[in-house]
Amino acid sequence: MHDLLIAPFADYAFMRKALIGAIAVALGAAPIGAFLILRRMSLTGDAIGHGILPGAAVGYLLAGLSLTAMTVGGLVAGMAVALGAAAVSRRTAQREDASLAAFTIISLAAGVMLVSLRGSNLDLLHFLFGSVLALPDDALVLLAGIATVTLVAFALLFRLFVADALDPSFLRRLAPRSGLVHYAFLALAVLNLIAGFHALGTLMAVGIMILPAAAARFWARSVGAVVVVAVAIAVASCVTGLLLAFHLDLQPSATMILCSGVAYVASLLVGREGSIATRRRLPSAVPA
Amino acid sequence: MTAAPRITVRSLSLGYGGRPVVEHLDWNITPGSLTAIIGANGSGKSTLLRAVAGELRPLAGTIDGLDGIRTSYLPQDAGIDRSFPISVADFSAMGLWRKVGAFGRIGRHWSGETERALGLVGLSGASRRPIAALSGGEFQRVLFARLILEDADLILLDEPFAAVDRETTADLVGLVRQWAAEGRTVVVALHDLDQVRQHFPETLRLAARRGVQGATAQILSVLGPAPVPTVPATMLRGGAVA
Repeated sequence: MHDLLIAPFADYAFMRKALIGAIAVALGAAPIGAFLILRRMSLTGDAIGHGILPGAAVGYLLAGLSLTAMTVGGLVAGMAVALGAAAVSRRTAQREDASLAAFTIISLAAGVMLVSLRGSNLDLLHFLFGSVLALPDDALVLLAGIATVTLVAFALLFRLFVADALDPSFLRRLAPRSGLVHYAFLALAVLNLIAGFHALGTLMAVGIMILPAAAARFWARSVGAVVVVAVAIAVASCVTGLLLAFHLDLQPSATMILCSGVAYVASLLVGREGSIATRRRLPSAVPA
Repeated sequence: MTAAPRITVRSLSLGYGGRPVVEHLDWNITPGSLTAIIGANGSGKSTLLRAVAGELRPLAGTIDGLDGIRTSYLPQDAGIDRSFPISVADFSAMGLWRKVGAFGRIGRHWSGETERALGLVGLSGASRRPIAALSGGEFQRVLFARLILEDADLILLDEPFAAVDRETTADLVGLVRQWAAEGRTVVVALHDLDQVRQHFPETLRLAARRGVQGATAQILSVLGPAPVPTVPATMLRGGAVA
């Protein structure tokens, strides 16, 4: 037991750092994911997650694998996609899902092309799948900082976030300046996707945000409970995934996300709220 | 509640994309009055309520008397995700926003007020249920509980009984009359002319982009002998309900 669960972290500093980094990402990303799902914005999360890539790639072209350059580039590009996708759906006849899909795939193509201008395939893999087993100390500080800012913001603004997700036009009438809440939320989403990008890579970052939250939705009856369950599932998936990756020599970020995926599928099958199991018990689902 | 407002609408034109739905509307809403807005589909009832609620900028004209008063507004379709994981009590308590704000604590006093409001709409004992478990009529009652907690001076309702059963309608109409009796100003867009005749002393009728205001009996008499209205669109809707 000790060998399986404790020894990898006790014996290897890179595993300890990976654990800290992954848990930091999980703590911040899961609550954001919970609200993305409540607002029916999971596709927006996906678009922002990929939107970070070309920005980070520009940072990389200018300054190499510099944490600061890639973070600033990702921040600018992520915010541009977050605001741009909403503006496009407001100003064109097309529905938002189409513009989000377009932004997602354009960003991914642009990012891969930009990285390959200068980098090796190894660098490209680092962009797409992160480097959780080789997190430098400054990256750990960044991830922990983003998690802290996110949790403090949630503690302070929780009621605003809930009201803004539930009935935004009502909130605007009673609190005209509450429109800022939406932008604060988007900024937090971008920050957390950047944290996810550093640890898990651009392809997997959205996973740790959306999958635990989607799973939690099948267990919880209140927003607070959704957030708590989502964080628990995210942290558990990261720890389990890291250990599996270590013992079985698997790609770590994909393994962690797959653990969340298992939690999601299990939840939609047997969860307490609106899962397949509960639907089968409802009389309305019985064929007439 | 603060002092009931007098609201003055002058030469108001409303519309979307520069195309007017309502033009040159003059309308006085006396303090504490209970007014129905009637008119065919597309005559601008919802548009006018949105403008008074401050959600739509007029193309021209003015609405005076809204400063410094509390306005609450219930759109016909509030667009609320009914599967959202929140309890009846927590949802209704949103109506306390002006009093409690984003950061204040909802302590025993406000929980008691929320319970009282839920009792008034006939939902005592339901406060811990998730809104996802409510029927359409019950959810409309919850929206009315939220309105009670808003404690507004001017209450604007857009077709609030359009999708609810007879018993719920009777209860909610009772609340609307109660609000007016308390001195609040209430304006309701309706298509059921029998309801208008029974419960609403004042009427504003919208037709052909114009509005006519007056005592309900007088406005409805122009439309023809009760209970059969002569305006085709309203006849269809009113007839179906009656």
